[in-house]
Amino acid sequence: MANGLRGLPDSFLRVLVVFLVLIVAVIVIGGALPTEFKDHSRHVQATIAREAALPIRFAGSTECGTCHDEARLKQIGYHRNLSCETCHGAAKAHTENPVEVKPAAPRKRESCATCHHFDPSRPTGFAQINPVMHFPRQACISCHDPHQAQPPSVPEECSACHAEIARTKAVSPHALLECTECHTVPAEHKVAPRITRASIPTERGFCGKCHDKDTATLQPPKIDINTHGEKYLCWQCHYPHMPEVR
Amino acid sequence: MKRRLFISRLLGIVLGLLGPLSGRLRGSPAGNAATPKRFGMGIQIDKCIGCGRCVDACKEENAVPQEPFYFRTWIERYSVKADGDTIVQNIDERITPPREVEVDRDVLRSFFVPKLCNQCENPPCVQVCPVGATFATPEGIVLVDDKRCIGCRYCIQACPYGARYLHPVKKTADKCTFCYHRVTKGMLPACVEVCPTQARVFGDLSSTASPLTRFRRMNKTAVLKPHLNTEPRVYYSDLDGEVR
Ligand code: HEC
Ligand code: HEC
Ligand code: HEC
Ligand code: HEC
Ligand code: HEC
Ligand code: HEC
Ligand code: HEC
Ligand code: HEC
Repeated sequence: MANGLRGLPDSFLRVLVVFLVLIVAVIVIGGALPTEFKDHSRHVQATIAREAALPIRFAGSTECGTCHDEARLKQIGYHRNLSCETCHGAAKAHTENPVEVKPAAPRKRESCATCHHFDPSRPTGFAQINPVMHFPRQACISCHDPHQAQPPSVPEECSACHAEIARTKAVSPHALLECTECHTVPAEHKVAPRITRASIPTERGFCGKCHDKDTATLQPPKIDINTHGEKYLCWQCHYPHMPEVR
Repeated sequence: MKRRLFISRLLGIVLGLLGPLSGRLRGSPAGNAATPKRFGMGIQIDKCIGCGRCVDACKEENAVPQEPFYFRTWIERYSVKADGDTIVQNIDERITPPREVEVDRDVLRSFFVPKLCNQCENPPCVQVCPVGATFATPEGIVLVDDKRCIGCRYCIQACPYGARYLHPVKKTADKCTFCYHRVTKGMLPACVEVCPTQARVFGDLSSTASPLTRFRRMNKTAVLKPHLNTEPRVYYSDLDGEVR
């Protein structure tokens, strides 16, 4: 090795010395640098650790039952699937120090209305009210128990849960027809709507009983049920809650 | 001959010195022995009532600024009109004050779509970050290292779902973490916790006994913008073709 070096030109040796010094410098500086600077996986680990250590503010629905009877109560009402903290807000601090930190109790009408005011984009069947019309100025909780929410009486009107259909129908040619003219609704449907279903007409003759040219009644406009629209169900063309002819 | 020998030895020495060094630069792989969970979310659009509890809970749990336009999750109202137009509106009360919504006869159908980071399998945001400040954890959750982030907004531009924003105080990119600090302790993300109608479902994709796996078994699901090949892990059921 040493013999090999001696045979080399002087200039090359100098370059070699510089090169070696650089390598040593890199190693020394590398050792001195804080590990954070060099190691990507350490960044990843540090970030993961930081994220995982963030404070928790929502305690979770299973926490409240250990101290509160409301949890058991709530099981049977319409609100059984609501988490306590959906209404009461983040309550982790409360579970750790129940006496000094109190969650807010949302007693205002507006807080119920966030979920229950009528909005046509809401899925059909979801209970909605018009806050302006539905017993204005009184607190909702004076009639409904928030933990065991249910209508004080079984709702009379289909509009309670089918608000958009009711509104559409109210301005349509069928405005004067009762919902029950076309749907057979077991009383149970208003109590457990997803379990007991209302009926939906199944065949063309159903509309024909008022609209066929052969029926005796004068008033509704007539068509010939045998030729008009032929093989389609009437409501494939005319939405029954807003039957338009254009 | 000697020179050649010398050069090869020199190379050997240099590489021998660099070897351990570069090894240290790369670092050891994360020592995760057990098969990691793969978290995902299911969203059932037909159940969403647009109450916005998830948005509020997210802001609170993750200290997202209260001002409008900073969201880790948000809800859009889609109104599909008869003439083919689709109106999309963020319904947050801080942006669109609530009002008596009229039944608009031009609207054919209307519904709410909750949105959040899709925690993509192939996240475009990770690819574009110039400083490597954003990465996916072993559970598949994309996180931002806010100590490294330089606030250049490339990732915000690159996200096809608009899921990132620039934090106004930290001046770094911020986004949904699936509530990493909760889900790693076996809790639900805050938005799932407070959803009153169970429109959001959360779980482990690699387990057959998870609510999310059941959700995917029972529903026909789709992801947003599948043509981009980002492979999102947020699965929507009842997804309308108009939703982008
Ligand atoms: C460790 C027991 C404990 C747990 C767990 C707990 N609470 Fe409480 N909570 C209390 C006690 C005790 C009080 C009554 C304090 C008083 O009256 O001075 C209270 C009071 C309340 C109140 C009434 C506040 C008021 O203004 O009167 C609400 C609302 C409440 N808790 C909600 C919750 C919710 C939601 C949870 C679950 C996240 C929860 N609590 C979990 C012990 C608990
Ligand atoms: C639909 C929203 C809602 C949900 C869900 C809800 N609460 Fe309440 N809670 C309220 C309202 C509103 C009040 C105020 C009642 C009153 O003043 O009569 C209240 C009051 C309370 C109180 C104070 C009792 C009192 O008489 O002052 C406690 C304790 C409480 N809730 C616990 C719970 C727990 C535990 C759960 C979960 C099992 C829960 N709540 C779920 C709305 C809700
Ligand atoms: C976070 C959303 C939310 C809030 C806030 C809320 N509810 Fe509800 N409410 C629901 C859900 C979800 C149902 C169940 C609907 C179903 O099963 O179809 C429901 C059902 C009801 C029902 C039964 C409706 C029916 O189907 O006949 C009543 C009554 C009711 N809530 C009253 C209230 C009152 C009063 C308040 C305010 C204290 C309130 N709700 C606050 C979500 C909410
Ligand atoms: C004076 C008592 C009273 C007050 C106050 C009241 N309700 Fe009702 N609510 C009723 C009765 C009675 C029914 C059932 C009868 C009906 O409407 O057909 C009902 C029904 C409901 C229903 C089921 C749908 C329906 O229309 O049947 C919901 C949801 C509801 N109320 C929510 C609320 C909310 C939210 C508030 C506050 C903004 C409120 N209620 C205030 C008495 C009250
Ligand atoms: C307590 C709330 C409530 C009331 C009151 C109510 N419904 Fe319903 N209705 C529902 C729900 C929830 C569904 C199920 C929607 C779904 O699963 O898609 C439903 C579904 C229906 C359906 C469709 C059934 C099907 O198989 O698709 C019809 C028709 C219907 N209701 C008619 C009526 C009529 C008519 C009335 C008044 C006499 C009425 N409902 C009153 C909640 C209600
Ligand atoms: C002229 C007869 C008629 C009247 C009156 C009527 N319906 Fe219907 N309804 C139908 C027919 C037909 C269908 C099936 C429509 C379809 O499948 O496209 C239907 C479907 C429904 C559905 C389920 C599908 C949907 O469109 O969401 C609900 C819920 C419903 N009706 C509720 C009501 C309510 C509430 C009223 C009263 C406000 C009412 N209907 C009045 C004929 C009628
Ligand atoms: C109980 C009788 C009755 C039944 C059943 C009935 N309709 Fe009607 N229909 C009427 C009446 C009454 C009018 C309104 C006449 C008017 O505007 O003066 C009407 C109006 C209409 C119109 C509007 C006609 C126009 O010129 O504007 C259409 C379309 C229509 N109905 C379709 C249907 C369909 C489809 C069904 C079956 C789902 C149906 N109807 C079931 C009584 C009925
Ligand atoms: C293929 C689509 C289609 C079907 C199916 C259909 N209609 Fe029509 N209907 C129309 C159209 C289009 C018009 C308006 C043009 C016309 O008068 O033919 C109309 C008009 C009407 C009118 C108004 C007639 C007038 O003189 O004002 C009534 C009533 C009506 N339909 C009832 C029905 C009934 C009842 C059925 C089921 C037996 C039915 N339609 C099935 C498309 C349809």
